[in-house]
This record gives sequence, C-alpha cells and structure tokens, in this order.
Amino acid sequence: MALANELSVTPFHDITFHVPEGTFMGIAGPSGIGKSSILKCIYRTYITTSGNIWYKSLRYGEIDLSTATERQMIHLRKNEIGYVTQFLKVIPRVSALDVVAEPLLPFGYSLEDARSAARKLLERLLIPEELWNGFPATFSGGERQRINLAKAFIVRPRLLILDEPTASLDNDTKQSVLAILKEMKEQGTTMIGVFHDWDMMEQVADNIYDLRSIKREDHNNVLEVRGQK
Amino acid sequence: MAIEPLQMSKGMTESIEKEIPLVTVKGLSKQFGSGCEYCSTPSHEEKEGNRCKHCGSIWAVRDIDFELYPGEILGVVGESGSGKSTMIRSLFLDEEVTNGSMTVSTYNKGKINIFNASAQQKRYIRNHVMGMVYQNPYLGLRMTFSSSGNIAEKLIAADNFHVGKIRERASELLDKVEIPISRMDEPPKNFSGGMQQRVQISKALANNPPLLLLDEVTTGLDLSVQAKVLDLIRSLQRELNVAMIVVSHDLGVIRMLADRTMVLRQGLVVEKGLTDQILEDPQHPYTQLLVHSLL
Ligand SMILES: Nc1ncnc2c1ncn2[C@@H]1O[C@H](COP(=O)(O)OP(=O)(O)O)[C@@H](O)[C@H]1O
Ligand SMILES: [Mg+2]
Ligand SMILES: [Zn+2]
Repeated sequence: MALANELSVTPFHDITFHVPEGTFMGIAGPSGIGKSSILKCIYRTYITTSGNIWYKSLRYGEIDLSTATERQMIHLRKNEIGYVTQFLKVIPRVSALDVVAEPLLPFGYSLEDARSAARKLLERLLIPEELWNGFPATFSGGERQRINLAKAFIVRPRLLILDEPTASLDNDTKQSVLAILKEMKEQGTTMIGVFHDWDMMEQVADNIYDLRSIKREDHNNVLEVRGQK
Repeated sequence: MAIEPLQMSKGMTESIEKEIPLVTVKGLSKQFGSGCEYCSTPSHEEKEGNRCKHCGSIWAVRDIDFELYPGEILGVVGESGSGKSTMIRSLFLDEEVTNGSMTVSTYNKGKINIFNASAQQKRYIRNHVMGMVYQNPYLGLRMTFSSSGNIAEKLIAADNFHVGKIRERASELLDKVEIPISRMDEPPKNFSGGMQQRVQISKALANNPPLLLLDEVTTGLDLSVQAKVLDLIRSLQRELNVAMIVVSHDLGVIRMLADRTMVLRQGLVVEKGLTDQILEDPQHPYTQLLVHSLL
C-alpha cells in the first residue's frame, strides 16, 4: 500500500510522505509539534486544510481521505482503517470481552467465534481472566489501554494508525504488543504511528519521519520520506 | 493468532456497492405564522435570523437536505429553539411541512413524497415505516393504559388482531427494554421517567420499523438513568439494525450515539460531518461554541 500524503495542518505546511504497503512509518518529534494532528487528518477526525491523503483502498481503489464522503469514511473505518490511542471511549455495561469481540461481528463472525478470538487476544495482551467479563469503565488506565489495543488488533485492519497506544504499559505487555505489531506487518498491515517510547519505535518502525527536521511555516521545506524495506 | 488479515466477504462488497439511502429529505422547510411578502421564502443567510421583522413569522426549519442510510445513527444537535423538534416532528408527520420532500426506500420503492401522502397512507407510514420517541412521554404513551396495552394499541394499528400473539409480542418488547414482565400490566404513570422512556421506545419499535426518531429522549433524566437509556438505544440499534435520527441539545448524547452529525442553528444546518470531527475539529464558529461549552 502506498499512502502519499501532502497535508498542511497548523503548524505544518507541505508535508509529504509515502508509506509502502506492509511497512511501519513512525512519526517522531517533541510533544505539541503536531504528530497527533497528522494522524487525525488521516483518520478524518480533523479536516485537512489543504493537500491530499492518498490511500489505496481495497474497496474504493485509490482514494483521497481528505475528500472521501462521510459514508466512505465510515465504511473505511469499519473495514480497513483502524485507529488506536491511549484513550478508550468507554461504553458502559458492555463487558471487556464483548468490547473486543464486537468489531468482528460486521464481518459475519458468530458471537461465539468473535468471543473466542477475543479471548485469545486478551490472553496475549496479558489481561487477567477475571477481568474479561468486567466492564472497562471500572478498569485502571493500563487495563483500559490493553482493551483498546485488543479492540484495534482484532480486525487486522489494512491500515493501522497508532497514537502512543502503549504510553503506560508494563514491559511484558509492551513486548507482547510489539510481537503482535510485527506479526500484523508480516500479514500486510500498513502502519503509521507515534510511540512515546523511542526504543519501541525503533523496534517496529521501518522508517521514521522526524518532524524536527522540518522548519515551521517554511513552505519550501518539503521533506520526503520514502520507505525502502 | 487465529485471525487472518481481512478480506471482504462478497455480500459485504455488494451491499456497499449499492448503498442506497433509507431516507432522503430535500428542501425541508417549516414556517410558523401566516407569512408576508417579505418572508415568502426562507433566507439562507445565517445573519438574518429566522424571524420575519415585518410579520413575526418564524422559519423554524430552513431548506434542510440530508440522507440517512440503513442502520446508521444521524445526530442532530443545536441549542433550544434551533428547530430540532420541528424538524423531527415534520419527519414523523406530526407537523405539516411548508416545503420539501421525504422519501423512504422501503415505502413504495422510495417513489412517494411522504409529506404529500394521503391521510390513510400517513397512518400506515407512522405505524409501519417509522417510530417516534418524544421527550415528553405523555406525547407518546397513554399514561393510564397498561404498558402492555400501549404496545397492543400500536400492534393493532398495524392490523395484528391475535390476542395471544399481541401479548407475547408485548412481553417480548418490554423485556427487551428491561421492564420486568411482572409489571407489564401497570400503567406508565406508575413508572419513573427512565422507565417511561423505555416503554415509549418499545412501543415505537413494536412493528419493527426501519426508522426510529428520537427527540431529546434523555433530557431531564438523572445522569445514571440517562446512561442506561443511551446504552439501551445503542444495543437495540446493533441488534435490530434500525436507522435512527437522534435529536439532542446535548453533545454528550450525540457523541455517544451518532455516526454522523448535523448542527442546526436558527433552522439552518450550519455544519455536518463525522461526529468525532464535529467534536474535535468543528469548522463553524457556532459549532466551536457548542463544543467549548461541553468541555
Ligand atoms: N407551534 C408553534 N408555533 C409557533 N412557533 C413555533 C411553534 N413550534 C415551534 N416554534 C418556533 O420554532 C422555532 C424552533 O423551535 P423548536 O423546533 O421547538 O426548536 P428545538 O426543538 O430545537 O428547541 C422556535 O423559534 C420556536 O419558538
Ligand atoms: Mg425540542
Ligand atoms: Zn413576514
């Protein structure tokens, strides 16, 4: 998958990058520089002021995410593009197991099959079994974060956007997340992500796009990152 | 892990390919008052307001267009007086519209403007094609009838006359909205506000309409009760795949339920978009104001 991106979000202008299919592009830079803004433009939580975000969709072919219709975006979010942050949108009164299983249901999984896939993933992310039937609303920050990751991993999206999803996880869980990310990459998932943990970023990223190398407000400064695997 | 990277199943691709809106609304306008030569058409100017300086008539809804797709939830948000209730009451045919058209793909293949349907057709549409949940349960329920009787009334209106089946369906519906079966023959006036809303929801869904309209359903309820009602709406939507239009002045409600959202101000749609975009990157100054007051 090639994702070419020329977007301009405050405080950025003329950012261009390409992410080859099945690779991980990390975005680095100090906090407040606009890493999350770039990710949100790709997911269309933010409106891109100018520029294009080309994504090679299974369903629509080459599509500009900055101008896709809302219905197309909803479809892509359900079927192709995942987004995971450190914050879980908590849904009261749905068990952790079902929160994780739910994204599979539109794909024709039976509830039982979806739950059994969810169990495997919860286990891999070291979530204690006694929590599986609990409500994430009552969980600690770290536990919620793991539920959140499980929910994003379970559908194996074509494109996965990660915004510091491991910020407060213990080392064992981080290793497990790392292993899953590598596995997903091998299976063809393309990823764009920000990790607060440099070590983690280096272990999983094929390319790192360092925003510090771009000067603010400088229209002529176009930095190109091209991935070579 | 057992799960393979996603491939689209054939059925899914096809259903998206042919995605046709369930509801299409074009040019919906509603004027209150007799109007005069100065206000014969609704102005699209935001600055002008919706009240005619000459005769005092109000364009409560001004030239609204939208589409609603099967199984999706569309949020409509705006402050009090922005025209939300007028819009949704017009859609439910409670209110005679001034202008506009509405078609529903499951009714007459989407070929009839429902606003112009005959009285008999309108009755049919309100019983089979859509259900409505009002902010005020007194508008949607007969408070002194039993709860099961309220549902029976709706089923009978849709030509179901088998007493045993009606009772069975009533208890099934009330069970879905978590009203204890032991209380199904009590009148809603005995119930708390949250329970009344749940009875109203079950009544609105009695004939399995593909479209459910909800006007400020949780406004005025305690926060914990609100959360339960919202949960219920969300789970019913998943289970029954019914499309919904959720109207609320409360962005919190919209955030919890809606995939897409329209922002209404003085009868005009000033912004529409994906709900998370409306909340995190509002484009219109009015939406920005609404969002900031939420924080
Ligand atoms: N029956 C009516 N007669 C005259 N004006 C009305 C009537 N119903 C509503 N309005 C006016 O229409 C505008 C929109 O009201 P409404 O649809 O109730 O807004 P909301 O539901 O967003 O609070 C307001 O200015 C209101 O005063
Ligand atoms: Mg109202
Ligand atoms: Zn006038």
